[in-house]
Amino acid sequence: MVFIGVDMTSWPILSIITFLPLVGAAFILFIRGDEKTVARNAKYLALWTTIITFILSLILWLRFDKSTAEFQFVEKTSWLSENISYHMGIDGISLLFIILSTFLMPICILASWVSIKSRVKEYMIAFLVIETAMIGVFSALDFLVFYIFFEGGLIPMFLIIGIWGGSNRIYATFKFFLYTLIGSLLMLVAVIVMYFQAGTTDIPSLMAFNFDFTLQKWLWIAFFASFAVKIPMWPVHTWLPDAHVEAPTAGSVILAAVLLKMGAYGFLRFSIPMLPNATEYFTPLVFVLSVIAIIYASFVALRQVDMKKLVAYSSIAHMGFVTLGIFTFTQQGIEGGLFQMISHGLISGALFLCVGVIYDRMHTRLIDNYGGLVNRMPKYAFLFLLFTLANVGLPGTSGFIGEFLVLVGIFKINIWVAVFATTGVVLSAAYALSLYRRVIFGDLIKLELKEILDLNKREVLILLPLAIAIITFGIYPEPLLSVMHSSVENLIYQNSLALDLTINQNFAGNR
Amino acid sequence: MLYISIVFLPGLAALTAGVFSRILGHGFVMFITSLSVSISSILSFYVFLKLIFSHKIINENITILEWINSGDLSFSWSIMVDTLTIVMFVVVTSVSALVHWYSFGYMKKDPHKARFFTYLSLFTFAMLMLVSSDNFVQLFFGWEGVGLCSYLLIGFWFKKPSANAAAIKAFIVNRVGDFGFALGIMAIFLFFNSVTYENVFNQAVNFEGKKFLFLSMNLDILTVITMLLFIGAMGKSAQFLLHTWLPDAMEGPTPVSALIHAATMVTAGVFMVVRCSPLFEYAPFTLNFITLTGAITAFFAASVAIVQNDIKRVIAYSTCSQLGYMFIAVGLSAYSAAIFHLFTHAFFKALLFLASGSVIHAVSDEQDMRKMGGLYTLLPITYLMVWIGSLALAGIPIFSGFFSKDLIIEIAYAGSSSISNFAFWMALFAAFLTAFYSWRLIFMTFHGKTRIEKSVMSHVHEAPFSMSIPMILLAMGAIFSGILCVGVMTGHHNSEFWGNSLFVLAGRDLIEAAHDLHFSLKILPVIISILGILLAWYFYIYKINIPKIIANANQPLYLFLLNKWYFDEMYNYLIVNPSRWLGYFLWKKGDETVIDGIGPDGFSAMINGISKKIALLQSGLLYHYAFVMLAGVVLFVSWFLLV
Repeated sequence: MVFIGVDMTSWPILSIITFLPLVGAAFILFIRGDEKTVARNAKYLALWTTIITFILSLILWLRFDKSTAEFQFVEKTSWLSENISYHMGIDGISLLFIILSTFLMPICILASWVSIKSRVKEYMIAFLVIETAMIGVFSALDFLVFYIFFEGGLIPMFLIIGIWGGSNRIYATFKFFLYTLIGSLLMLVAVIVMYFQAGTTDIPSLMAFNFDFTLQKWLWIAFFASFAVKIPMWPVHTWLPDAHVEAPTAGSVILAAVLLKMGAYGFLRFSIPMLPNATEYFTPLVFVLSVIAIIYASFVALRQVDMKKLVAYSSIAHMGFVTLGIFTFTQQGIEGGLFQMISHGLISGALFLCVGVIYDRMHTRLIDNYGGLVNRMPKYAFLFLLFTLANVGLPGTSGFIGEFLVLVGIFKINIWVAVFATTGVVLSAAYALSLYRRVIFGDLIKLELKEILDLNKREVLILLPLAIAIITFGIYPEPLLSVMHSSVENLIYQNSLALDLTINQNFAGNR
Repeated sequence: MLYISIVFLPGLAALTAGVFSRILGHGFVMFITSLSVSISSILSFYVFLKLIFSHKIINENITILEWINSGDLSFSWSIMVDTLTIVMFVVVTSVSALVHWYSFGYMKKDPHKARFFTYLSLFTFAMLMLVSSDNFVQLFFGWEGVGLCSYLLIGFWFKKPSANAAAIKAFIVNRVGDFGFALGIMAIFLFFNSVTYENVFNQAVNFEGKKFLFLSMNLDILTVITMLLFIGAMGKSAQFLLHTWLPDAMEGPTPVSALIHAATMVTAGVFMVVRCSPLFEYAPFTLNFITLTGAITAFFAASVAIVQNDIKRVIAYSTCSQLGYMFIAVGLSAYSAAIFHLFTHAFFKALLFLASGSVIHAVSDEQDMRKMGGLYTLLPITYLMVWIGSLALAGIPIFSGFFSKDLIIEIAYAGSSSISNFAFWMALFAAFLTAFYSWRLIFMTFHGKTRIEKSVMSHVHEAPFSMSIPMILLAMGAIFSGILCVGVMTGHHNSEFWGNSLFVLAGRDLIEAAHDLHFSLKILPVIISILGILLAWYFYIYKINIPKIIANANQPLYLFLLNKWYFDEMYNYLIVNPSRWLGYFLWKKGDETVIDGIGPDGFSAMINGISKKIALLQSGLLYHYAFVMLAGVVLFVSWFLLV
């Protein structure tokens, strides 16, 4: 394969994309000069690093072979031992998350352009480190490598909330840390147990390994503890609203758009293929928790007074659809879940950015402090409406595709669950539109809002790509869906194979 | 290409208007949107006339773009055209075009004209996508799209809190219906493994009487599917129980009420059920339920309309009631009659709305009929328009409603079940009320001594040409659409016109039976209507204090009707307030007290507590430490000695 006259096949492209942001961060570290110069140079360096990373990641998308479920762009070098290696590669499940991460990063840098005033250099470094961690998580094919990226990404996130966050940031960081710590420790134990059982931490090898059913259940619970917190599922969700409220805008965007997805990705990469019997065993539990999440979070969202909290609760509800879809083991359900994750990444990111836009102007997130913004901010009102409608799942936006596929998938498996989940469609309209109404519509009476300005060019540049992506993939989702087909088919096939195998073994055993 | 132009011209216009409105200015936006919709309308008429005169059935399906493709679920954006679609094309584009031109006058002073016209065109596009879909999901797209435009247009005057509230209410009540609709689509995919009409309808017969097990109940597959779909239709077409949003929707500008809440969007439910006639025909339970709902709605809405004082609300309830008539016909498998009434109703109801808009415009945005009266000399054209619209609505001979509404009453009579019998009496009684409230409206608005304030009276003016010409064109439709189309759409050879776009099981067709009814029955609804008119004359012209006396004598009944059977209060009490309470409860008690209390906060409190106790041990007093040491030694020694 030749790309611009250079033989690309020999390039370790995944590693390049993964570590490019880290290199950028290293450069920023060495910027010297007075505070202003440092801040400016750090911002530009971070912006260019993320843009180049995004462009490079598009090569992955273009050169991705949709016809196979095999891992692609694979790199493997032995590392700690023969069985713990530096192993990278992607398939149809992970590719789009990488694109999503790299796509959002330049937007995040731009969103922080003026709102971050102190320690700009450190802020940019933290973001670039997060980017490396995110890409690493989605391309790691060795459990230990995965674990390092998975946990490594949290540290800069704690810092972002703890240093550049709002007034109650310490409490939020602490809560966030406490939840994720417990999950992470259990996952680490599970990794160690798996290593002693299978003798390797190589992900493809672990997928092929058959664990004993009782052990599977324990491992599953350990993984679940970690992933459920990340998603977050009910009842371990309460860290999310606090973390979002306190995080700076760009932090919220990354948190909602990518970090939450790592949990669901963990299910798809580990729990389901490695522990198929335990997954089947625990599926009803996941269904129940997901349905509770959808309904519970929607009701709570209905009464929020803080815009960010409202969007955070709406995230919890929407992630409920994701977990439902994944555990249906139907083509529509899993593809819907994956699509919903990408779409929710775009939509929730956009909504947090929208909140950020007016927060930067008025320094308040309380809904009651706004009203009638459409009178002064027509452009903002239009884009916010579009994102609100996408959040509600209006057909023609990407929000619809994911929810629809998930619901179609779940209806095949369990009608009751589908009926309960569909109530989310009514509730989401209620909370999202009432938020919009209270902030945007009405007469502009509040004195302090009289001089508020509409979106500037930078803000339009941030929001417009998201709006275009949401509409485009709502009307023509094929570029995303076609990437998933082979991998999802294979996942379902392998899963049914594994379950059949156990049934046959039991049958043989009984005889 | 012809069909693609019909559907996409308004869409393109809306897109252009939306993107370039700032650069191009109000005038250009208004012109480009109105022109596109008008061209679309002319093309629709061309297709319609070609269909009537060529006697060739049109059946085309154009695929535009692949939409969703996941496993065995796959469907496209496409345009499917058959007779039913073409009839809807004509209704949608012609009313829309006239409403566009009317708005030139009506919205003249509004600073947000460009936005208004953009929404109108976008609505038209969504509605056309809805009627030309070849699968359930694109139908749902159009369905939600028109809902969105309705939401935006009801709340068009965003400074009015009541308009915003009404907009949200409309969207959410519709979403309740969509809840059923969406589940219906999922059920269709589960059982039919496809969501395209062709595949689903072809398989329908195989599912006749088939059951599936749910909650240890044996449920009929097709009944469940059709009931779910009908819940969607109830929301969109404002049927009994899900009707509460429609009267409130009158907060929107009047042209919107004419286009969306009278002629087109609210009839989408009727259209959907008719489109799915191959499914509904095999679900007799659902059909009975539809007739029942339609009959109750027809009567309920008419009963409320007779006491309302807001001119637009009267017409809104009238729309609700007429939609009930359409559903009566649908439930009795008289799909052609339902669409025929949809067709004529679109013209005369849009006319009534536009005329009421003209009145409201004339009296400086007053909508309360108690503050009108005596306007007929000042607004002669508008007055004439209201008469034509009302005559058509009341079903007076030669006017369009006579052919379509009376046909439905006759069909209900011709039916043999107790349900159709009930529907007949309800429809007949509603016809009486219809005539009564229509002329009550005319008399209160145009006759008697004027109750308009002097300052307003001096400004009263007849509608400008931009408003009166669209009204006159609609009046043509209100007069002639019945007599010209009755033969083609519901005559003896109507199946040649409809082709295979409608499906009626053999033996269920009541139209022939209705045609053969005795003359006395055919004239009965007309007599009933005339009685209604006379009663209105007696109450509001001859003895104008009678209504008050009756209202005072029957205070509870009067209040019951005036407050629309207390539906809003009931829903607030049963659904809205408990939801709000639940949200608050789950947030404060669920999240903050229980989960955080046991989870992170409780955990940290526990750690704090334990560490404090441990800290107490470090008292710094030597004898404490010495004592602990000694105790330790004793314990160790005894352990080794004993074990």
